Amino acid sequence: MSYLEYTVKYVPVGPRKLLYLNWPLALLLTATAGIGFLMLYSVAGGSFTPWAEPQIKRFALGFVLMLMVAMVPIWFWRSVAGFAYAVSLMLLVAVEFFGSVGMGAQRWIDLGFMRLQPSELMKVTLVLMLAAYYDWLPPARKSRLFWVILPVLLILLPVALVLRQPDLGTSILLLAAGGGLMFLAGVHWAYFAAVIAAGFGLLTAVFQSRGTSWQLLEDYQYRRIDTFLDPSSDPLGAGYHITQSKIALGSGGWTGRGFMQGTQSRLNFLPEKHTDFIFTTLAEEFGFVGAFSLLTLYTLIIVFCVVSALANKDRFSSLLTLGIALNFFLFFAVNMSMVMGLAPVVGVPLPLVSYGGSAMLVLMLAFGLAQSAHVHRPR
Amino acid sequence: MKRPRIDTEANHRQITRRAALLGGAQLLFIGALGARMQFLQVDQADQFRMLAEENRINIRIIPPARGEVFDRNGIPLARNVPSYRIVMVREDAGDLDDVMERLAAVVTLDPDETERARAEMKRSAPFLPVTVADEVTWQDLSRVSVNAPALPGVTPEVGLSRVYPRGSDFAHVLGYVGPVSDYDLDKLEDPDQLLRIPRFQIGKVGVEAKAETALRGKGGAKRVEVNATGRVMRELDRREGTPGSDLQLTVDADLQSYVQARIADESASAIIMDVRSGDLVAIASAPTFDPNLFVRGISSRDYNALTDNKYRPLASKSVQGAYPPGSTFKMITAMAALEEGLIGPDDTVYCPGHLEVAGRKFHCWKRAGHGWVDLQNSLKQSCDVYYYDLALKVGIEKISAMANRFGLGERHDVPMSAVVQGLTPTKDWKVRTHGQDWVIGDTVNASIGQGYMLASPLQLCVMAARLASGNAVSPRLIKNIDGIEQPAPEAVSLGMNENNLRKMRRAMFDVVNDRRGTAYGSRIIDDAMRMAGKTGTSQVRNISAAERARGVTRNQDLPWERRDHALFVNFAPYDNPKYAVSVVVEHGGGGSTAAAPIARDITLQALSGGEPPIEAYPTKDRDRITEQQRALRSVRPVANVSGKNQA
Repeated sequence: MSYLEYTVKYVPVGPRKLLYLNWPLALLLTATAGIGFLMLYSVAGGSFTPWAEPQIKRFALGFVLMLMVAMVPIWFWRSVAGFAYAVSLMLLVAVEFFGSVGMGAQRWIDLGFMRLQPSELMKVTLVLMLAAYYDWLPPARKSRLFWVILPVLLILLPVALVLRQPDLGTSILLLAAGGGLMFLAGVHWAYFAAVIAAGFGLLTAVFQSRGTSWQLLEDYQYRRIDTFLDPSSDPLGAGYHITQSKIALGSGGWTGRGFMQGTQSRLNFLPEKHTDFIFTTLAEEFGFVGAFSLLTLYTLIIVFCVVSALANKDRFSSLLTLGIALNFFLFFAVNMSMVMGLAPVVGVPLPLVSYGGSAMLVLMLAFGLAQSAHVHRPR
Repeated sequence: MKRPRIDTEANHRQITRRAALLGGAQLLFIGALGARMQFLQVDQADQFRMLAEENRINIRIIPPARGEVFDRNGIPLARNVPSYRIVMVREDAGDLDDVMERLAAVVTLDPDETERARAEMKRSAPFLPVTVADEVTWQDLSRVSVNAPALPGVTPEVGLSRVYPRGSDFAHVLGYVGPVSDYDLDKLEDPDQLLRIPRFQIGKVGVEAKAETALRGKGGAKRVEVNATGRVMRELDRREGTPGSDLQLTVDADLQSYVQARIADESASAIIMDVRSGDLVAIASAPTFDPNLFVRGISSRDYNALTDNKYRPLASKSVQGAYPPGSTFKMITAMAALEEGLIGPDDTVYCPGHLEVAGRKFHCWKRAGHGWVDLQNSLKQSCDVYYYDLALKVGIEKISAMANRFGLGERHDVPMSAVVQGLTPTKDWKVRTHGQDWVIGDTVNASIGQGYMLASPLQLCVMAARLASGNAVSPRLIKNIDGIEQPAPEAVSLGMNENNLRKMRRAMFDVVNDRRGTAYGSRIIDDAMRMAGKTGTSQVRNISAAERARGVTRNQDLPWERRDHALFVNFAPYDNPKYAVSVVVEHGGGGSTAAAPIARDITLQALSGGEPPIEAYPTKDRDRITEQQRALRSVRPVANVSGKNQA
């Protein structure tokens, strides 16, 4: 609807759309994924199997997916937002019943050709849904209680389902991304202040409940918090990951040990060296320079998204792009904090770099949406 | 619907404002990440690089000492003895072949072992130590230490290895330990770090496996500083683990050894259980094997010999074997009828040698028939027709329910591997599993413990104990853990009519002590130790009409696999029961000839707490028994001299 509010002087059509793509963003994405291929090649001991090769194929597939999504007008995506959200929600419910259990949690639906993690898909569709919601809602109403509770429910429903799997990391990401989007849409300050206050209250409750009959988290989650607060208390068990990843990081120094020369991260000190802890390999082999470069790439991706969003006069487009950028930020911020010992180990992969199918495809789908918003912006 | 332009623009400004705020926060966080990166990688780099490289700090797991196992009198059954081994780290060795060659010059290496070590080193991570030689002598160990400079990556290590002093006598009870396999690891959701130690030993079967958690203990950790070749320079700090808990079993080691020796020549199982507490004082299965062979990894030749053996030495028959209980089941049928009030003990049935039910002839073992028999006579002489008749009155459901109350068809909770549930069939069960209706002939068969009825020796022993005590005794195998007494399962009263139980016990007494009883040949004549019991001979084949006509029913004429199982259950002393016993001899022939004599010998041994006085045996048996005891003494460890490895 809001798109019609502007006088659209020119909309590219057909293959010409390719010219109007946000090419710098696409290049940045490719460069980041390239770092990932390099690292996967290295952790496999200088081999394309078992990780680098499938990852390259997936990225290629993801890139094509991004282009395809970008070619479709953004108003189409807005009109299917509700539907997409409903489908993801149903998949999340389905995973409760038909999901496979991997690494102690129920997260996948086996589609035959790939394993689908509905919680990954939800990260995009939730942002899509909320952006469409705030686009539809007259701005005057956005801070009224009823119109605030509605999106909160939209966020909490999937968060609750993901928490049940149990996947603490993803549910935190969903919560933060959803909340962030509401903030961007301009919901009144007071709500956020209230939620933050309540959050502190809940945190106190979580710690108070430990060991009692109404304990709120699983034992292993408490243990992770414990070891986060004091990694040396359990150097062999849960604190092991953090201690080892810090050693790997630190031993990289300024320039690192050199490509394929890392010892700490490759010698099986870390169990998930190709997924959640892949950053340690980069930091050890390419040192501060390498690690900081990756951080810079990530920052640039965010900056390009934000610039594109703010230049876009369409409310849906800018909210969606900002939401996707926020999502992406949360992804790498949580992973890096965890690897560098700033946050507990919650199991969030490093976007575009960690090995993993659903995460990669969903991320590229999200950037496809951002590209579509960019291509079809009112001019 | 077109919105006012001013509204839209205000909204866009707000989004921009909020985006700037959030973006600023994001940049701040990214700045923090960068700062952290700089702190870890630049400021602290020297420290971490040192940790990681020149003086790499390793966390070494200190394996806890595994808990030891003792018998009820404190005789060790599973111990840890120090053993020396030589380990090698591929990463530190450099040229593997060269170092291996130099090592071979210093100590004698088993070529098989080195080949295996080489393969393991190629497979596992280069920094993991791999055992090159196990169980090396002290001399070899010192030679390696002296030549250390020429042997980079090679370290002598002291460890503990498991030894079973009583060897094969406890193979089925204790089981054995072995190195963790990938299969073991796969089964666990969150495996203990300890299990990642190469060749860490865990319980594989029996008590060793079932009490693994208690026995294993908690691993400690030490942080050590190692130099570039991997040699430990100094220990920085250590956190001791907790050793595994010691277990004390209810089993009496000397009695167990006697029982094991007594049944050694058969494919059999024998159990002695305390009728009051349920303590299993002996639980034997033959033939057996030496668990010590498994600890270090059994050779495939030895292993094949064990698995190919038709007498199944690896199976713990006492809990894993399920046999038709045969006539030992008659007490259950009788109790079902008595408790229901369907018969009185003095009611008689005429046995003409067979009973025709639904057009089919069911034979009594005695073709000529027993004539008029009452309860006592029927049990004493093991008349089948009497029980056919009872079963028709009582019905299968009541019989099975009674069997369950005596512990049949129940998976008893003992920490041994693959404890079977046995089977007490019901009409529903047959429809469910066979898709056929229960027929009256099935009831007739079940009444004498044939047909679908299956019980393990352990269940039969529990049945005898419950008959003797009138209480729901359950077996107990672990007496205490680290000195903390394990609660015996509560033995509440079965709630059966004491008069009926007394009648059964009296009938069982006659089975052994009456001149016409089926087990008269295996009586005890010492009045303080008299036993009451029941023989059983269960068929493992159907006797066809043709066979019956030909008269080929003698067991000796049949191949071993088709001979009858011999069973015997008993308790003693009759007037104040202390022990319940069950003996099953696979394909042993008749219960009275193959099982009852074993039961008598082990009962006497248990009651006397050692060699029984020869006066307890009937006069004409004494010479033979003296000879037998002398032979048995020579094959089992002498009482109270313990702790020496038999091998």
